[in-house]
Amino acid sequence: MMENLLDVENLWVKFPTRQGVFDAVRGVSFSLGRERLGIVGESGSGKSMTGRAILRLIRSPGIVAADHINLDGVDLLKKTEKEMRAVRGRRISMVMQDPKFSLNPVTTIGDQIIEAYRLHNKTSKSEAYAKAIEMLNAVSIRDAERVMRAYPHEMSGGMGQRIMIAMMLIPNPEILIADEPTSALDVSVQRQVLDIMDGLVKERGMGLIFISHDLNLVADFCDRVLIMYAGRIVEVCEANKLHEAKHSYTRGLLNSLPRLDAPRDRLEVLKRDPAWSEAPSVSGRV
Amino acid sequence: MALTDNNTERRPRGPLFPQWIKTTAMTLSSIAVTLLGLLFITFIIGRVMPIDPVLAIVGERASQSTYDAVYLELGLDKPLIVQFLYYIWDVIHLDFGISLLNARPVAEDIARVFPATLELATLGIIIGIVLGVPLGVLAAVRKGSWIDQVARVLALVGYSMPIFWLGLMGLLVFYGILGWVGGPGRVGIFYVDVVPSVTGLILVDAALDGNWDVFKDAFSHIILPASLLGYFSLAYISRMTRSFMLEQLSAEYVTTARVKGMSEWDVVWKHAFKNIRVQLITVIALSYANLLEGSVLTEIIFSWPGIGSYITTALLSADMNAVLGGTVVVGLIFILLNIFSDLLYKVFDPRAK
Amino acid sequence: MAEHYLRAWLLTDTPTSRRHAKMSALYQGWLSFRSNTMAMIGLIILLLLVLIAAAAPLISPHDPFVQDLGNRLAPLGTPGHIFGTDSLGRDILSRLIYGARITLYIVALVALIAPVVGLLVGTVSGYVGGWVDVVLMRITDIFLAFPRLVLALAFVAALGAGIENAVLAISLTAWPPYARIARAETLTIRSSDYISAIQLQGAGALRIITKHIWPLCISSLIVRVTLDMAGIILAAAGLGFLGLGAQPPSPEWGAMISEGRRFILDHWWVATMPGLAIFTVSLAFNLLGDGLRDVLDPKAGE
Repeated sequence: MMENLLDVENLWVKFPTRQGVFDAVRGVSFSLGRERLGIVGESGSGKSMTGRAILRLIRSPGIVAADHINLDGVDLLKKTEKEMRAVRGRRISMVMQDPKFSLNPVTTIGDQIIEAYRLHNKTSKSEAYAKAIEMLNAVSIRDAERVMRAYPHEMSGGMGQRIMIAMMLIPNPEILIADEPTSALDVSVQRQVLDIMDGLVKERGMGLIFISHDLNLVADFCDRVLIMYAGRIVEVCEANKLHEAKHSYTRGLLNSLPRLDAPRDRLEVLKRDPAWSEAPSVSGRV
Repeated sequence: MALTDNNTERRPRGPLFPQWIKTTAMTLSSIAVTLLGLLFITFIIGRVMPIDPVLAIVGERASQSTYDAVYLELGLDKPLIVQFLYYIWDVIHLDFGISLLNARPVAEDIARVFPATLELATLGIIIGIVLGVPLGVLAAVRKGSWIDQVARVLALVGYSMPIFWLGLMGLLVFYGILGWVGGPGRVGIFYVDVVPSVTGLILVDAALDGNWDVFKDAFSHIILPASLLGYFSLAYISRMTRSFMLEQLSAEYVTTARVKGMSEWDVVWKHAFKNIRVQLITVIALSYANLLEGSVLTEIIFSWPGIGSYITTALLSADMNAVLGGTVVVGLIFILLNIFSDLLYKVFDPRAK
Repeated sequence: MAEHYLRAWLLTDTPTSRRHAKMSALYQGWLSFRSNTMAMIGLIILLLLVLIAAAAPLISPHDPFVQDLGNRLAPLGTPGHIFGTDSLGRDILSRLIYGARITLYIVALVALIAPVVGLLVGTVSGYVGGWVDVVLMRITDIFLAFPRLVLALAFVAALGAGIENAVLAISLTAWPPYARIARAETLTIRSSDYISAIQLQGAGALRIITKHIWPLCISSLIVRVTLDMAGIILAAAGLGFLGLGAQPPSPEWGAMISEGRRFILDHWWVATMPGLAIFTVSLAFNLLGDGLRDVLDPKAGE
């Protein structure tokens, strides 16, 4: 049995709208150890909301409710906003989809990385600077000094995302949530960015929550996979046993992907069963 | 210059003219065309004016020969295009002709009255910025809250209120009934010309002279009209600030800042607000230009001896040289402020380089 | 029963004719507009204004021009003169009622002239392109670069004071933004596929502009015009206040304020009442404009 970093029990995310309350996440439970946990689902399945709810980043009027979200046995939901700020970045961090939007366009990259470090470490500027350079080197950025002075729009997508990873890992958190970290990148650099992230996560013994819509990528990259549909977890399985998945939604997703080894004339179209969204959530806890 | 993944620089190809020369040339020529257009419009207005400029100078009873002499002197026998060129030539030399009212050069008059308008509009814009920007930011951060509603109503009322009427009401309440502020004019009657005019801005002059009685009196006179103008720029600035901020607050980098563990105050001011500074400067420049113009009506209400009063007085007495001179000056300032805010954009936004 | 049927017909997802679709779209727009309380208040105020202006001779208690020097500057609530009288003993309420006609007249004229000029310039500029575009947009920019009130003042100075000239001056300064909007819309529409399709069918430029581009520009122009109305009323009142718009004894609201200004400290109501009238009407236009923008042009809203 591995050590549990994070334990989420019965998580709900609700948005009041004019047409009544919309439940984006409906009673999800899972735990995370020092592992790579994949969360897969189509857009609107609630996978991103789950990631953001853990960091309590859902803005009002959105509501987050859960029996508990325990980080090392301490419930995050019971923390004040100020205590929560000591968790964000320092203990749980997040990499978002597109570095074009997730980096501040009018602040130099150096300032943004240094800021991330100094928010949680009382150090001098020069020490933080050295640390930032070191971190940039760790994500395979050569010429780090120049990158520190540059603005985000001068970076390519792949570099931007590596900078983002450097920035989010510099306070040395225990958990990283990666929300579609490679979806906005060119296919040619996706793998490179993933490898860098994977290397750092392993090296530091962190837990990783990898949110993606790409089933194959998750099967390749993660240890364990949660499959979400309409705000619920419909199936949990070991990543290397994904092709043995039983749930018809997962099967449908797998069958709708083209395969080189088994070419077909027509790909299957996913047939949705209303029962999927009605069935109770499967627990993803270990 | 974009850095590619392997950090190699893209080599500049070395065109015939560097890009910045081209853009500068484009900007300069567009400024020149706009200025020419401004002069052309005032020229046309001066032309269609049904008053005979010669008669206005020589008077009704002048002899035909005097009339003809002045007619030639004014160049009215030349084709229109030549007259236009003369006009441009004069304006370039800051020669707006002679005022029919007081027989002094219009340029001198304008130089005399302009500081009063400048002082009023500047204090007005300061009030507008100091109150309007935080109000707009707060309204965006607390969208839908009572402060957002207050900001909305303030702006709506500001957009709907006749400025001259609000000025009158202000005079009635704060001067007539409460007696909190000085009445119309720049200073009370006992303080006129007490301090030497150095900058033409009475507050500054009084401070330079160390005469705080004058300063206090001038302040009590300027505060009401300046607040009035300040309110109108507040209405505009706070609305624009709010919508800029809303756009930024929904941006992903704001989430990034929160993920880093930043306090909401820092997220708002160090990240979101930093991104609207440039847009805001444009809005403020525009608002300032509008205040210079909006001061026309305000100056009338408060008997403020600025360029607005000057143009209006000239208008009512059909002193066309003075009207056009004033119009050209205000138009010039308008255009210059626009150019200035464009330039700021290029200097302050890293993406514009 | 019939009402129910009509509602269903209007709310259908599958319109049976062009007219049906148009009516349906209008009705749904109206439904969403109706739920906007503030916009409805604006609309009601403006409808009232139109009614008052139309029925002015019937509802005004006195002749707005008849002077009664024995009863000058009567205060608010004087029997027979509920808003008091002005410096010549004329009934202020009656003058306000008749003034509504002038305000509507000015607003209607400017709303007819400025957007039409802007639409013409903008669509031609956007559709023809090339040097025509460059020249027209330069002219537009020059007008935009001008301070509007000062330009209007200069125009009135040249044309002579009077209500028609005030309208002309305001229109001359109001058209450039419409031209900009119309041009932007035209550029988007021009490059769309269905315009190419009509071109392939042999439609000429004139037909495309009048039948296909203008109708699509209208909704954003209407929003802009409504939002500008408040500014137009204020500008007209400002000109009237300066004595450059409607001439005495015309009961124009701005001119009435200017008249009352002399007695502001002792007889405040003379200037206050017309100011409230101006404020109410321009507020109504602003509320209506905000509501219309939400319905017709949701992108532009915040």
